Amino acid sequence: MNLNLKVWRQKNETSEGEMKSYVAKDVSPDMSFLEMLDVVNEELIMKGEDPIAFDSDCREGICGTCSMVVNGVPHGPQRGTTVCQLHMRHFKDGDSIAIEPWRAKPFPILKDLITNRQAFDRILQAGGYISVNTGNVGDANALPIAKDKADQAMDAAACIGCGACVAACKNASAMLFVSAKVGHLGFLPQGQPERDRRVWRMISQMDKEGFGNCTNTYACESVCPKRISAMFISRMNRDYAMAVAKGECNNL
Amino acid sequence: MKLDAKIPGGPLESKWSRYKEECKLVNPANKRKFSVIVVGTGLAGASAAATLGEMGYNVICFCYQDSARRAHSIAAQGGINAAKNYPSDGDSVHRLFYDTIKGGDFRAREANVHRLAEVSNNVIDQCVAQGVPFAREYGGLLTNRSFGGTQVSRTFYARGQTGQQLLLGAYQALSRQVALGKVKVFSRTEMLDLVVVDGYAKGIVVRDMVTGKISSYAADAVVLATGGYGNTFFLSTNARGCNAMAVWRSYKRGAGFANPCYTQIHPTCIPVSGDHQSKLTLMSESLRNDGRVWVPMKKGDKRPPNQIPENERDYYLETRYPSFGNLAPRDVTSRAAKLVCDAGRGVGATGLGVYLDFSEAIGRLGRRTIEEKYGNLFEMYERITGEDAYEVPMRIFPAIHYTMGGLWVDYNLMSTIPGLFVLGEANFSDHGANRLGASALMQGLSDGYFVLPTTIGNYFGSSKKFVPSTDAPEFKEAEERVIGRLNKLMSIKGSRTPTSFHRELGKLLWDNCGMARSEQSLKTAIKKIQVIRDEFWKNLKLVGATDELNQTLEYANRVSDYMEFAELLCKDALERRESCGGHFRVEYQTEDNEAKRDDENFAHVAVWEYKGEGKEPVRNVEPLNYEVVKMTQRSYK
Ligand SMILES: Cc1cc2nc3c(=O)[nH]c(=O)nc-3n(C[C@H](O)[C@H](O)[C@H](O)COP(=O)(O)OP(=O)(O)OC[C@H]3O[C@@H](n4cnc5c(N)ncnc54)[C@H](O)[C@@H]3O)c2cc1C
Ligand code: FES
Repeated sequence: MNLNLKVWRQKNETSEGEMKSYVAKDVSPDMSFLEMLDVVNEELIMKGEDPIAFDSDCREGICGTCSMVVNGVPHGPQRGTTVCQLHMRHFKDGDSIAIEPWRAKPFPILKDLITNRQAFDRILQAGGYISVNTGNVGDANALPIAKDKADQAMDAAACIGCGACVAACKNASAMLFVSAKVGHLGFLPQGQPERDRRVWRMISQMDKEGFGNCTNTYACESVCPKRISAMFISRMNRDYAMAVAKGECNNL
Repeated sequence: MKLDAKIPGGPLESKWSRYKEECKLVNPANKRKFSVIVVGTGLAGASAAATLGEMGYNVICFCYQDSARRAHSIAAQGGINAAKNYPSDGDSVHRLFYDTIKGGDFRAREANVHRLAEVSNNVIDQCVAQGVPFAREYGGLLTNRSFGGTQVSRTFYARGQTGQQLLLGAYQALSRQVALGKVKVFSRTEMLDLVVVDGYAKGIVVRDMVTGKISSYAADAVVLATGGYGNTFFLSTNARGCNAMAVWRSYKRGAGFANPCYTQIHPTCIPVSGDHQSKLTLMSESLRNDGRVWVPMKKGDKRPPNQIPENERDYYLETRYPSFGNLAPRDVTSRAAKLVCDAGRGVGATGLGVYLDFSEAIGRLGRRTIEEKYGNLFEMYERITGEDAYEVPMRIFPAIHYTMGGLWVDYNLMSTIPGLFVLGEANFSDHGANRLGASALMQGLSDGYFVLPTTIGNYFGSSKKFVPSTDAPEFKEAEERVIGRLNKLMSIKGSRTPTSFHRELGKLLWDNCGMARSEQSLKTAIKKIQVIRDEFWKNLKLVGATDELNQTLEYANRVSDYMEFAELLCKDALERRESCGGHFRVEYQTEDNEAKRDDENFAHVAVWEYKGEGKEPVRNVEPLNYEVVKMTQRSYK
């Protein structure tokens, strides 16, 4: 099949960008979306034109590197799927496809479809961990954890940190990302001692980075490739209220 | 090249504890004065950087991804081994040690492997303390599953995302050290060369992948945890960015390269679907716990699988290896698949595939149990192939997956260049000629959390402290060298893309140095590699400039290394005139097509020494002395 692409091209962080048109020829339904772009890029190089810059690494839906908005939807039309796992059998001959980078102030565009997502690293650094040094810990089975708690922690921990939730939100809120980490550690007994401090510090950092507020539109949940539930956001809001009530903000 | 493995004396079981008691220490106040460069933020690099930071060292850490959390370790699916013996099925440190030595076809160093088995239990304790959500029983205790090459259940897992959860644990520990100011992480920064001053590894040259700026960093020691070189073959299960640059360029600065021909081919990957293919996807080995591997008995049987009656199916692993069945080790299973496909009994459009069938397990355990255990893998399979594996059997085929070879290290994990340490998949140390499933994660975290933090102190405590300035001539020379190479790549202005060269090289390697190798195929490959390499340097086409974000240039730079490294890989395969583990030479096989080792002549590590451009590298050997284990023919029958 042949497809008409419109792709965001931007030379670097400071230059202006624009949408440019390309034709993707002889696309096989077995190709992944990124493989389709690989083929377009091979042609561009042969023509001496700058290939479309985009991020990817694992191409298995787990590293969270790939990040592009396809026809207005982060990661494209298939739910619960990163764009590297989206296959061309979901498109048909003659389709027009618009491809854009994540658009959110805290994620500046570096080139074409590549953005800088270090804000997420800084939120994690603010408190997304359990403070335990290597060595001197107890036996792994000394602390039984109810299976449902462990399973819920895993549901939240499945977040790949891709940033689709931010890209989908009209307020560029990072609440789903932050709540996934707060939820993961908050479900586990190991995470209790730092629970208040963690939520307070991560949310403060999120605000500092310029992410917006959550207004409950659930766009984040609907595009999340790992189907992280927005239920974690309400849970985090409760944790946050508790931390504020306990005066955690005064302890910092 | 002097190869002293520095294995501590005394009985095998007490070597590591003795080492820890006797090694030199750096006192806490002095640790602040030492700096360490860690290249890589996978399981090995992130765990090492975090732990060194906790101990008080000053650490700077590099990765090519946009965040440390995205290192290739994130993609590991199946699990991590440890000798906890929680299921009480007779497991022990000794058994894990023995299985790993045997699994490696008696080509690994006893002392290192024993230490790995000892430390494995600490790794699990550490991960649980960090909040890694391993799978649990209803009673709240941790649960295990089995992997290939073992008869006990010792694999801990977090659904099909074990690598992700372990890496996030290490990344979180790392983030904590970043917040405390003990570690600085440079992402989107690629190491292009190692700097050796007065014989000691003292720094690296890097390229900022956003601005293209070349700069240098100096430190008391350099740690490489840069992963494996599987992508030399173009198609592999590795992430797209995995590459051999750090280890290959360190080799060219004097680090010995051990056993490059030990590459692992994983039996359960999704078959190639066309020329556009950019990588191959693994279906975790854990699936072989419940899936049964089969092909039709008859050659060229094109009926859909569910129309082939039971008695016309060949469950060849179960018949060939009755005691391990579908859980035979990877090298054995891959070769068995090749044999049936070569005989014309392969399935799918290309005939290069075998079935992995869950219908029996679904009947026995119910669809829900299978969903709970492997749901995400079935989903991934469906996305890629468009087929529902609950209804029709999966089609799988072997693919390059892991590399046992790597930079040579001694017991301290130090390479032949003093001050250069190598961890994780990048070193050669623990898996011999074949790695067992769920052992790479165990090794990466053991190296990073427990081994290096001890041995690096011993190094600092016993050598003279100095950190050169990055203005030293050695740094300037290295910078000029890498800039020269980048400019040279840009200036060729030929007519072929880096991808087309890489694809050609990969296919050549897969055909001639893949699942089966012969004297003739290897000699052919070596000749052809030289031809492709010549053409690469004459006919490569790039666009853009060096001082900007330029993904084609990054890639071409990596491919230029594969062009050189591939030749060493084939040379090593040629010189190892025996079959062992993942290295199968057709000339050396038993009557029933199993690998035939030659312990008399090849019970050694082959360590290659760089002699300069255009010169033949020298093959050195480190003999392997087995004190405890008796070498036997590996049998899984
Ligand atoms: C699909 C898949 C599934 C797997 N499943 C399992 C499993 O279930 N169990 C198991 O035990 N093993 C498994 N393995 C193997 C295991 O995942 C790897 O061997 C292991 O994670 C390697 O870890 P590492 O820390 O050594 O390197 P990696 O995780 O590969 O990390 C390398 C790091 O080095 C950095 N780097 C590399 N080169 C440079 C450079 N030049 N400059 C700067 N930075 C650089 C990268 O950015 C990265 O941070 C699997 C492998 C694959 C491919
Ligand atoms: S490339 Fe890793 S999630 Fe898409």
